[in-house]
Amino acid sequence: MDMEQGRQLAQSFDEMGGPGGDCRPQYRVIRSWLDGAESELLRLKREEAEQLFRQIGITFAVYTEGGDPERLIPFDLIPRILDGQEWDYLERGLVQRVQALNAFVADVYHEREIVKAGKVPEALVLHNESFEAEMQGFTVPQEVYTHIAGIDIVRTGPKEFFVLEDNCRTPSGVSYMLEDREVTMRLFPELFGQHSVRPVSHYPDELLETLRSVAPERCSGEPTIVLLTPGQFNSAYYEHSFLADEMGVELVEGSDLIVEDAVVYMRTTEGLRRVDVIYRRIDDAFLDPLTFNPDSMLGVAGLMQAYRTGNVTLANAPGAGICDDKAIYTFVPEMVRFYLGEEPMLNNVPTYNCAKEEERHYVLDNLSELVIKLVHGSGGYGMLVGPRASEAELGEFATRIKAKPEAYIAQPTLALSTCPTFVDTGIAPRHVDLRPFVLVGDRVRVVPGGLTRVALREGSLVVNSSQGGGTKDTWVIDLPEEPSS
Amino acid sequence: MRLQVQHRTAYRYDAPIPYAIQNIRLSPRPFRGLRVIRWSIKGETGNELPSYIDGYGNIIHCHTVNRWHQQAAIVVSGEVETHDTHGMVSAPEPLPPFFFRRNTPLTEPCEALRALAAEGEGLSSLLDRLHDLMERIPRRVIYEIGETHAATTASEALAAGRGVCQDHAHVFIACARLLDVPARYVSGYLWTGSEENFEASHAWAEAFVPDLGWVGFDPANGVSPTAAYVRTAVGLDYWSAAPLRGLRQGTARETLEVSVQVTAVAGQEQSQSQQQVVS
Repeated sequence: MDMEQGRQLAQSFDEMGGPGGDCRPQYRVIRSWLDGAESELLRLKREEAEQLFRQIGITFAVYTEGGDPERLIPFDLIPRILDGQEWDYLERGLVQRVQALNAFVADVYHEREIVKAGKVPEALVLHNESFEAEMQGFTVPQEVYTHIAGIDIVRTGPKEFFVLEDNCRTPSGVSYMLEDREVTMRLFPELFGQHSVRPVSHYPDELLETLRSVAPERCSGEPTIVLLTPGQFNSAYYEHSFLADEMGVELVEGSDLIVEDAVVYMRTTEGLRRVDVIYRRIDDAFLDPLTFNPDSMLGVAGLMQAYRTGNVTLANAPGAGICDDKAIYTFVPEMVRFYLGEEPMLNNVPTYNCAKEEERHYVLDNLSELVIKLVHGSGGYGMLVGPRASEAELGEFATRIKAKPEAYIAQPTLALSTCPTFVDTGIAPRHVDLRPFVLVGDRVRVVPGGLTRVALREGSLVVNSSQGGGTKDTWVIDLPEEPSS
Repeated sequence: MRLQVQHRTAYRYDAPIPYAIQNIRLSPRPFRGLRVIRWSIKGETGNELPSYIDGYGNIIHCHTVNRWHQQAAIVVSGEVETHDTHGMVSAPEPLPPFFFRRNTPLTEPCEALRALAAEGEGLSSLLDRLHDLMERIPRRVIYEIGETHAATTASEALAAGRGVCQDHAHVFIACARLLDVPARYVSGYLWTGSEENFEASHAWAEAFVPDLGWVGFDPANGVSPTAAYVRTAVGLDYWSAAPLRGLRQGTARETLEVSVQVTAVAGQEQSQSQQQVVS
């Protein structure tokens, strides 16, 4: 460990309490179990976990050259634990944030009051790559745009939670949340039994309920719901088939659907069957070759007509991805105040917008201490972690920022919290984040916890699975009542 | 003036295909310069086609044939009353002018477009500048059918020096946006005073001029739209305003037969009788 990394870890908040620190109450049982667990046992358990995942067939294709494209996404044995009170606060903050985001998208495609009020710049909305003019003036069923939102949260202290980014396009990862729980319960039934862990396994039911509740108004009976996937070559195909299976809905590709007279049908062995709600896991640009990218082979020709005619619901709504824009992100606290008249419960990470001259100068002067991200990037691609970067990398990013400042934002390098993690050298602290999934339908539904991602490399702050990150089961536990002090 | 439009698009395939679909942006929306007297869009079955209004405010009809077939046709037939508004269009607009300053791959700027946009620098009024631009374009992109296609960019058309009205419109839009002027693509019909049939509808451009609003410019003919023009759709570029966008299943080869007839109804004054280019 070099000095930089040592400093980083020393500054980080450890969610268990860290070596030498007092064990936080929610980790007491785990701590004593870890103290008694032999490395050999953990190694065996890890092998068992790997076999379980292989049986399930969970894989994650990573977009880089070389390596095993079908490799398993690493799973860490040791659950990450949040206590019920911590979570309840987070949950209220998440519901508030996603309600504001949904209101924002509705506004963006109608009157744009927030722009008129001078709170969000017009160019950031109307000239945004993710703004879909084809959505203008259309009121979607139940006025829900962000049906499934994944909100990435990091922590720097006992009460210090920050939202790192919002994912309202087609957030993925929920299948790992469910499988990690399944595997943990099978590996450590006794440990699990010693805690009162809030369940997550009802997520597919909650998702199904959410989708049912946004069926088009003219759909009178039980709505027919399908999950639209780009196909087996997509990195999240496993998740698509898993969720379709769990919900008991058909998994379809574009070629399985057909539009006739503004109605979407699915081809079945018994002929055509009308489709009411499409949970789509393909990007806006590929949804309908007659409206968007004309070369798309993945979508359904005529889909936008069926949608705007009110014959089918798309979840999430096209154009909802504008929330994922990292420049838009900086305005979310303002959205909470503007649409809900409330103070935001969850804070943003302070963000420098390189398009603004003054902020750009600050960023270029302090590059080695900041994290630089592409405004439209995701998955940890094209980002720079200043304190970890070489001189050459810093120089390269400075050049890129000067050439296209509007494409970049910068944030301070946060000392992300750590959790005990089983690595080659034994049990050691590793940095984590959390992606809870928020469902918006007739009401807002959140399952307790979410997907914890862990940066397995020592000192690394990049948790993305495409960058060598792994996952952990996330427990929200209700501690037994303690006498109040 | 009163204009009648008869527009038939016939699709023929060299083998049966199971399914075809077309989005049709060929319905005028009324504004101060245009009143719709009658308008119908019919497909293979002769029934009126379902329609909706898109984000740009265009009326889109959708034609689907979901059975094995070897030919199909779409027939647009209608009559409108038009008035010369000196190219000015005042209609309810779903999207603000500022939106139309964003570029698309078809209007992405290049050095040659920048140079062309800068040529009218000395002119003081924006309107003069746009007229000047409109007049320069057909001299730089000589009208010639077959040199360009639907996906040709403004930059490519200018480099080739050959193109049709679609390319003229894209070059105009790209240059106007370089001048920070909102600009958009318009598709529609044009009465040329001739009785012959044409093989395509027409396309031109609109730019947003403060105090006047949206003003049409037809670089192919060097004029702002008159009572001879029937606007049917607007968009950021050809793709979002295309008169027809379709898709079919199967591998059969398609032959397209298009006939567009725009005639002035007798008894009306026929002032615009000079021959104009349509494409």
